[in-house]
Amino acid sequence: MNGASTFGRRAVWTAFAVLFLLHHDFWNWDDRTLLFGWLPVGLAWHVGFSVAAGVLWAAAVRWAWPEEVERWAESPEQGQPVGS
Amino acid sequence: MNAESAVSLLPLWLIAGYLALLIGLGILSSRFFKGDSADFFVVSRSVGPFLLLMSIFGTTMTGFAMVGSTGKAYTSGIGVYGLMASWSGLIHSAVFFLVGIRLWAAGKRYGYVTQCEYFRERFESPALGYLLFPILVLLVIPYLLVGVISAGKFLQATTAGMFPEAFRLTLPNGNPHPLSGGVPPWLGSLVICLIVLSYVFFGGLRGAVWANTFQTLVFMSAGAVAFWLISTRLGGLREAAQAVAESEIGRPRLAREGLIGHGQFFSYFLVPLSVGMFPHLFQHWLTARSAKSFRLTVIAHPIFIAIVWVPCILIGLWATAHLGPNASPNAVLGRMVSSLVHSPVLTGIVAAGVLAAIMSSLDSQFMCLGTMFTNDVVLRLAGRDRFTDRQKILLARGFILLVVAVTYGLAVYLKDSAQVFDLGVWCFSGFASLFPLVFAAVYWRRVTKAGALASVASAAAVWLVLFRQDILAPAGQGGDGELLVFGLMPVAIIFAVSAVTLVVVSLLTRPPSPETVARFFPEKEARQRVSAEPVPAP
Repeated sequence: MNGASTFGRRAVWTAFAVLFLLHHDFWNWDDRTLLFGWLPVGLAWHVGFSVAAGVLWAAAVRWAWPEEVERWAESPEQGQPVGS
Repeated sequence: MNAESAVSLLPLWLIAGYLALLIGLGILSSRFFKGDSADFFVVSRSVGPFLLLMSIFGTTMTGFAMVGSTGKAYTSGIGVYGLMASWSGLIHSAVFFLVGIRLWAAGKRYGYVTQCEYFRERFESPALGYLLFPILVLLVIPYLLVGVISAGKFLQATTAGMFPEAFRLTLPNGNPHPLSGGVPPWLGSLVICLIVLSYVFFGGLRGAVWANTFQTLVFMSAGAVAFWLISTRLGGLREAAQAVAESEIGRPRLAREGLIGHGQFFSYFLVPLSVGMFPHLFQHWLTARSAKSFRLTVIAHPIFIAIVWVPCILIGLWATAHLGPNASPNAVLGRMVSSLVHSPVLTGIVAAGVLAAIMSSLDSQFMCLGTMFTNDVVLRLAGRDRFTDRQKILLARGFILLVVAVTYGLAVYLKDSAQVFDLGVWCFSGFASLFPLVFAAVYWRRVTKAGALASVASAAAVWLVLFRQDILAPAGQGGDGELLVFGLMPVAIIFAVSAVTLVVVSLLTRPPSPETVARFFPEKEARQRVSAEPVPAP
């Protein structure tokens, strides 16, 4: 069950902006540390970023889903099809 | 028995088995074909969450995801993941969420099959459709060529030494060529084109969706198997990483300093916006059964990118220590597999994985060009009611056949031209530069026909100027000889010109009609309905 609210949407897009900025990890730029002895820290940061992106989009689906678009597409008032 | 005849044919049999499975899948999918054009072009808008995820992911990942990423990590280090993979994870899903769902909704409501149909009606401008059509086709063709040429060359390298008599090659000094005995590119590319053609021709987009799902599973599994075996042969993850840290060429590649610039790293986020204007992805979006089908795609896409890219980046990094300097970037994955694993089975599995990644993009591109020629040219000029549904499918099949034939001919002619690969990279910038158009189309009521036309024309003009400059520019300007403008990717400049032109010209010209705005903006329509409803008595 989805609950898209103004607050939920704002929270999701704020999180998106934060994640967008966190992509530029200048503090790892010349850091060659190997986490756990094998994973370069700059790579680890961005793998974490990918996982965080998945979590962000799960939150977007839960709290910022465009239900009005879905209803509009499914509504019985159909236009004249131009395609096949 | 000489060395050449000792080369195992097992990898070729594994590849042949994989290709046979694809043909089988094509035949099976054609049995579900309902016989009408809506089924042929958009699978009757019936695709559920899992197939949508796999087909969209398979379409967006090209052969570069396995071979190119490994080679690029070998030359530019771990920063390549942040540059290409993690940006794509965030931005691709944002585009699916913000743009894809809205385009799907308009497509479902008004029956669109191609982008040009949508833009023509959204902007009340047949001229925009005619302007966009050649640009989109010209941007897709080099992308297709890269796939067909890569497949032919990859098959030749994989089968080198297997047919020493039939495909003998010699160097100018008379010694055997390293690729001697391999299936020649003209034949490898032909086989790949025919396989893709078989399942797209008979199954339409359903054939492509089913094949993409299978191909995505194959290339994800192949990458995981290669990673596990290579890391084991290098003595484990710690030993492999330690060797890189102690290697003169490997150590700098554990970070980004000196390899990737800050401006380049940041501005790269514009490149994945290209998915918003890929015509083949537009067509896949339209196949969704409902908006809910997008949910799994939006969430899982960044994770899937990580699953495919992380092993390849690490293998490329380890190659710096294992292969040393001067290895050809495109050969890094193949050389790591052949030098460490010595297993014809793994060689065959990895080869099938690479071909799967290449073909999962090719099929959708062939399909979308056939769809565009049928719907945006023939049906547009001759009239939609002139043809029966069966004739429309015949037309589309004819165009798909023609597109495959032309692409194959160009691929054979241009197979040794490195500029085709440069052109492939520039295609992404071209599509990304058209993103302001699609974003404004779905979100900005005030955007005008003149603004749209000016935006597309200005993006095309700046793209041409910078592309010409890149081709003439000396190598070594960016991390890998890429052209940078003020330290930024060229796409940043083209995108900015396109966006500013769109906004300025729209504000200076007559707004679109209220009917068109109401037709394309669900919120507006909903509000109008609410205001038109009688107010209940207190």
